[in-house]
Amino acid sequence: MKFEHYGIGVAKGMALTFKHLFRKPITTQYPEERLTVSRRTRGNELVWDKERCTGCATCAKSCPEGCIEIITSRGEENNYIVDKFEVDMGRCIFCGLCVEACPFEALFMGYAYERARYRRQELVMDKEGLLLSGERQPSGYARPKIEAGLPRQTLLLDRDKVKR
Amino acid sequence: MALKTEPFVINVGPQHPSTHGVFRMRLTLDGEVIVDMEPVLGYLHRGIEKLAEGRTYTQNIPFTDRLDYLASMSNNLAYVLAVEKLAGIPVPERAEYLRVIMAELQRIASHLVGVGAFLNDCGAFMTPLLYMFREREKILDLFEMVCGQRLTYNYMRIGGVSHDIPAEFLPALDRFVTTMPGFIDEYDQLLAENEILLARAKGVGILPEELAINISASGPVLRGSGVRWDIRKADPYSVYDRLEFDIPTGSVGDCYDRYWVRIQEMRQSVRIIRQAVEQLPPGEVRTEVPHLLHPPEGEAYGHIEAPKGELGFYLVSDNSIAPYRFHVRAPTLINLTALRDMMIGWKVADAVIIFGSIDICLAEVDR
Amino acid sequence: MAIFNYYPQTLPPDWPGGYWLHWGVFVVIILVFVMAMIMGFIWFERRGLGRFQVRLGPNRAGPFGLLQPVADAIKVLTKEDIIPAKGDKLVYWLAPVVAFVPALMIFAVVPFHDGALLADLNIGILYVVAVSSVGVVGIFMAGWGSNNKYSLIGAMRAVAQMVSYEIPLALSIIGVVLIAGSLSMNSIVEAQDIPFILLQPLGFIIYFLAACAEINRTPFDLLEAESEIVAGFHIEYSGMKFAMFYLVEYCEVLAISAIITTLFLGGWRGPLLPPFLWFLIKVFGVFFLIFWVRSTIPRLRIDQVMAFAWKCLLPLALINMVITGIEVIALPPALLWTVIFLNLGIMAVLVVLWSKFFRLGGGRVEV
Repeated sequence: MKFEHYGIGVAKGMALTFKHLFRKPITTQYPEERLTVSRRTRGNELVWDKERCTGCATCAKSCPEGCIEIITSRGEENNYIVDKFEVDMGRCIFCGLCVEACPFEALFMGYAYERARYRRQELVMDKEGLLLSGERQPSGYARPKIEAGLPRQTLLLDRDKVKR
Repeated sequence: MALKTEPFVINVGPQHPSTHGVFRMRLTLDGEVIVDMEPVLGYLHRGIEKLAEGRTYTQNIPFTDRLDYLASMSNNLAYVLAVEKLAGIPVPERAEYLRVIMAELQRIASHLVGVGAFLNDCGAFMTPLLYMFREREKILDLFEMVCGQRLTYNYMRIGGVSHDIPAEFLPALDRFVTTMPGFIDEYDQLLAENEILLARAKGVGILPEELAINISASGPVLRGSGVRWDIRKADPYSVYDRLEFDIPTGSVGDCYDRYWVRIQEMRQSVRIIRQAVEQLPPGEVRTEVPHLLHPPEGEAYGHIEAPKGELGFYLVSDNSIAPYRFHVRAPTLINLTALRDMMIGWKVADAVIIFGSIDICLAEVDR
Repeated sequence: MAIFNYYPQTLPPDWPGGYWLHWGVFVVIILVFVMAMIMGFIWFERRGLGRFQVRLGPNRAGPFGLLQPVADAIKVLTKEDIIPAKGDKLVYWLAPVVAFVPALMIFAVVPFHDGALLADLNIGILYVVAVSSVGVVGIFMAGWGSNNKYSLIGAMRAVAQMVSYEIPLALSIIGVVLIAGSLSMNSIVEAQDIPFILLQPLGFIIYFLAACAEINRTPFDLLEAESEIVAGFHIEYSGMKFAMFYLVEYCEVLAISAIITTLFLGGWRGPLLPPFLWFLIKVFGVFFLIFWVRSTIPRLRIDQVMAFAWKCLLPLALINMVITGIEVIALPPALLWTVIFLNLGIMAVLVVLWSKFFRLGGGRVEV
């Protein structure tokens, strides 16, 4: 195998690397700067709307992992009262099939992703932990009305300004 | 007096920076020359084929994400094609075009990782890898905009795709498609004529054409050896017969040809995406499919041209909600059959390069 | 007490105090200089590589990451010292010492200012070549004492590579010595009214490549190729002994930069700034070149490395020596600029000639 290009190939590569010295680095200094995630993000939690839920358990039936546990009892007006609604976030694969399957739009994917815990037991979310509230922002996955109200996603295409 | 030498066995173990995953090779060395090679697989076996027999057809789609996790859209697409063939479900046209756009974007992303990892194994200290990951990051941002995740998308459904694209997807895709050929030219400038890469990869690890066909290799491994076989042209699925593109083919079958084929395929993918965006019709993106699908009894084999080769799903149904048999034809497992013949006679340093040029993903090999 | 008869020749006439004061001051200067510059080099390389790769380097430990080397040192000191059970313990223990001490001894003859060296030996550059050869023994001891097949492969490669590159290294220096007329480093710097890089371009390139190979930097870093034999001869080292090997690598890079500055770039000579600042600027400049090369190009294979040394660098170094000899004898010193252009022309012709007819390494071995 001959030294075909007299060393010009190496020189061209080194010129390109040198050009990169003058480009702005694309590193984000987490946790001081955070990028906005997509509006349809399937974040690391579920958010449950207690008023709209009827206890039909379609979400539990459509989960591939079987990590939603629902126990209901019969109420007065011929409806179900949800006694226990527990999701094991440690087993959940965040596929979103439960959110798509809910006929009453009572279940949402979460928007937050910083949900690390020190113990596995703390990953199981019960009724109070799952409730829709002021602090827990649901994401717009399969929920167009919520999607319209969320901020725009930060794209690397916007941040990486390279002159061509 | 002749010097007495004996071969010794070295274990390129399951934990190694350059086996892409947990793959073990037992090399028998005579000095630095490899005289024998024995691959040991199975470290990442999770039993996906058996698990899939206990879940409905829609619930299996997230499982196919995790087969070749670097190309999840392609895995979803192959599985969904197989189910649609089995149950005879039509797909609206907008969904077909969206599937093509996603599959080609995924091909670019997967080749970026494949080529980047190959160059990293050659020793270029992560510089080409990081440049390629910058472009891959842009693609993953686009995917996150559409379906919410960056690695395991769960985007395709039986009968279409799960959601329509949001309004800002097409302008962003347009910006990406305009700048991408410039970046591919930069990669060429960085490394295509680099004498050291030529010395390491040209003529190394040759897979002869006969052997490639005999072991049913597919994908860039087959095309690098000079066989013009691409399922998008030979057995077109989705709307590929309406799109114009070339099939890059190598000539010799060495590592440099496989690397070159992947770079050219990225250019062709950009071309396909441009045409698909122009031809994108309005309409709905999903046909109504019952929640629990009971396909008629029978079997179907759906295959696509995934970035790593021919990915096929063989499904047998017995008219119940779950498949009776779910088999994955993993392209990289079949491509690995030729590894021993490619490696014998080369040196230890070449073992890693040859292995990297096949571009495997262990999750697919071991399922 | 015959030794006390020898020291006055090494002492410049304008130094106050006795020999031992001079020795003490310079030992302190050299140790402080080496330690501070190694820390500076580690920081400079990591930030520089980061900027080459479109990312920031370390910036969390102290402002601009300036305390990162300190953090690395503390981390390494608090690690457990693991000793392989069946290794040769004395050899294992001595290896870092044998590798580090020669690298430090090179600084005894590096001039920081006119006459400011620890010892102005009249065999200066020969001493450097002799001492740096001892480092090879340290590396081989490390590989042998670890009782690990990967280390042994690394050590074998190390011995082959470092011994082969000694010869072009020594021969390319002879050109400089012929022009300067003396082996002493101080006289070489004083003879550089025009920096010798212009008068000896081929010598510079050969010395640069041979020195990179001696200190195991990319593209010749196959001894610690992370992606093949996972850190080569220092796999089994941890804790402070690993820190010693890490220091050895940077100490040798510093030594090579200092030697190249002295031999080819004019040492401490320069117009406006104080001489010590010029010395630092030139040393950092050479180091920038070294890690610029590291960030761009892949690494070579061992048989390619050997072929490069014996078939390419050695003949070129011999031809360079002959031509320089002819020029020194035949041409009068007034024609200096003619010599520069003549040398550049000869270098271009030789590089083109060797590129056309030189085979880089063997191919597949029939097994």
